[in-house]
Amino acid sequence: MRNIWLGIENLLLHKLRSFLTMLGVVFGVGSVVAMLSIGEGASRETLEQIRKLGSNNIIISSVKSVEDESSSQSRTFMSVYGLTYDDHARISETYNAVKQTAPAKLIRKEGRLGARSLELRVVGTTSEWFDLVRRPVIAGRVLTQADEEKKAPVVILTEFGARRLLATQGSIGQPLLIGSDYFEVIGIIKSESGVAGSIQIPDQEVDAYIPLEVARIYFGDVVIRRTAGSREMEMVQLHQIIVQVDARENVESTASAIEQMLERFHKKKDYSVSVPLALLEQAEATKRIFNIVLGSIAGISLLVGGIGIMNIMLASVTERTREIGIRRAIGAKRKQIIIQFLIETVVLSTIGGLIGIGMGVLLPILITYFSKMPTVITMGSIILPMAISMAVGIVFGLYPALRAAQVDPIIALRHE
Amino acid sequence: MIENPEKIDNNGIIKLEDARKVYQMGHQQVAALAGVTISFKKGSFWAIMGPSGSGKSTMMNILGCLDRLSSGNYILEGHNVSTLGDDDLSEMRLSHLGFIFQSFNLIPQLTVQRNIELPLYYLGWDAEQSAKRAKELAAQVGLEGRLNHRPTELSGGQMQRVAIARALANDPQILFADEPTGNLDTATGEQILDLLTKLHQQGKTIIMVTHEPNIAEFAEQRLHMLDGVIDRIG
Repeated sequence: MRNIWLGIENLLLHKLRSFLTMLGVVFGVGSVVAMLSIGEGASRETLEQIRKLGSNNIIISSVKSVEDESSSQSRTFMSVYGLTYDDHARISETYNAVKQTAPAKLIRKEGRLGARSLELRVVGTTSEWFDLVRRPVIAGRVLTQADEEKKAPVVILTEFGARRLLATQGSIGQPLLIGSDYFEVIGIIKSESGVAGSIQIPDQEVDAYIPLEVARIYFGDVVIRRTAGSREMEMVQLHQIIVQVDARENVESTASAIEQMLERFHKKKDYSVSVPLALLEQAEATKRIFNIVLGSIAGISLLVGGIGIMNIMLASVTERTREIGIRRAIGAKRKQIIIQFLIETVVLSTIGGLIGIGMGVLLPILITYFSKMPTVITMGSIILPMAISMAVGIVFGLYPALRAAQVDPIIALRHE
Repeated sequence: MIENPEKIDNNGIIKLEDARKVYQMGHQQVAALAGVTISFKKGSFWAIMGPSGSGKSTMMNILGCLDRLSSGNYILEGHNVSTLGDDDLSEMRLSHLGFIFQSFNLIPQLTVQRNIELPLYYLGWDAEQSAKRAKELAAQVGLEGRLNHRPTELSGGQMQRVAIARALANDPQILFADEPTGNLDTATGEQILDLLTKLHQQGKTIIMVTHEPNIAEFAEQRLHMLDGVIDRIG
């Protein structure tokens, strides 16, 4: 303890030099902490989004194939594409690993509640949807098997939709006009929206959930879209099927099995299979690479800082040759000279590291404050650079200290 | 390795037996000490004299455990120093010897007190005891009020007093003084010599290197070196 104090005292004798010496470590450690927390913030957001999709899920969507896209210009043609009810039945019945499935039929319709109206995305689905896309229920209830069997004209709104339609808890049980049919509002749930990687999150803010059977009966499979002077007709049975697999390790094999099956039954590739898990793994791999790159940059800056310290300490040893000689003549052992110089470097690099951490913590906070970019400061992103900066002190202090210990007292005392 | 101190021959606290020191200068070998045999008694006050190149500095380095003999034996307070390693030599200097140099050799960044405490630090004394001892020593050399000054704020005579206080900190039996008055004016030099004489009277063994005959007069005995051997004693 006394050794450390004497080291600090000695460093204080050359305040400016000590400060400039530790600057390299300050910036090195500061940049490590800042970069780690910015990187962590960015990747955590992405990973969180992907996790929301469910890591055990496979999302199959209908896609209008490229040939259809071009030929749809001819007016007489009705494009038929996408997933079918049969596909859904095959998926949910064929594979052992498939735990449950949620089909979805998506229809754009205007919804009207009292005097307010909103362009809704009507989702015809089953009760399983609410198991697979878990969202908190704010009021009322979600769809059940019974709604499906009774073909009940019921609807569940999202919090966002409810607010736009001025629906409150009191609106439960009231009729909502969708297109030209009335549906009873039975519940309000929260919604998420956004994109996770390349996959659209299954729900949207303007969703209105109704039983799949009801959607089939009321709205049919054909969508007619009128555009200036032309009429476009599309027949799509199901727009999306969410498949939940029992275990993580079965996700990929099941996804490829489903893909093979769909390939056999579809003449065109009018579907896409996306696996959030694969995306998650990809994002994690990206994060790892990102961390390696950051780590290398940080490592180089710490190396530069360390070399800076070594440089100054070597100069200091030369400058203090006489002092070393005096100490040796009085009876200091080589080991004690080594310790003296080593302590000075470690104190320098540790204080530099502490200042660097202060800077590195402040910077992400400022970034978040001014740019709303998320940053996350983890314990690891502080402890690691701290440990590294101390290690830098030892590694780069050792050589100058050994040089100091090799000073011959007889020659040193003659040194002017 | 270290002989039993019981065997100390009180007549010879320091003994050199056929001491030789050879330096390699390029392809030539130069004998700085070419076979010196002498014994310094406990409590004596010696002056080692001789022209430059006579081997008196080498002799001083050997006696002060700063350098090792090429051959021969050096017995210091019963320990055969010639066989000791670097750490043991440091230990000998730390616990048995005190040094006073021509150019004082104080550490300029440290205060007077810290300079005096230096040997105590390496002896492992705690801060409180060291401070107490430093105060006593400063009083002994007449520097009571200067403990918190830096060496650069002192006169040459004062600096040499600090050096003497430091040399006494570990309470050594033997003091080595290498041209202690070389950087001082005559009056100040004499004060320092008086201080050394007083220490001699208190029982310290003092070995002083000088080339000035009038300084050497302060010692009890004079040893003249020439070309690496003892020229005469008188």
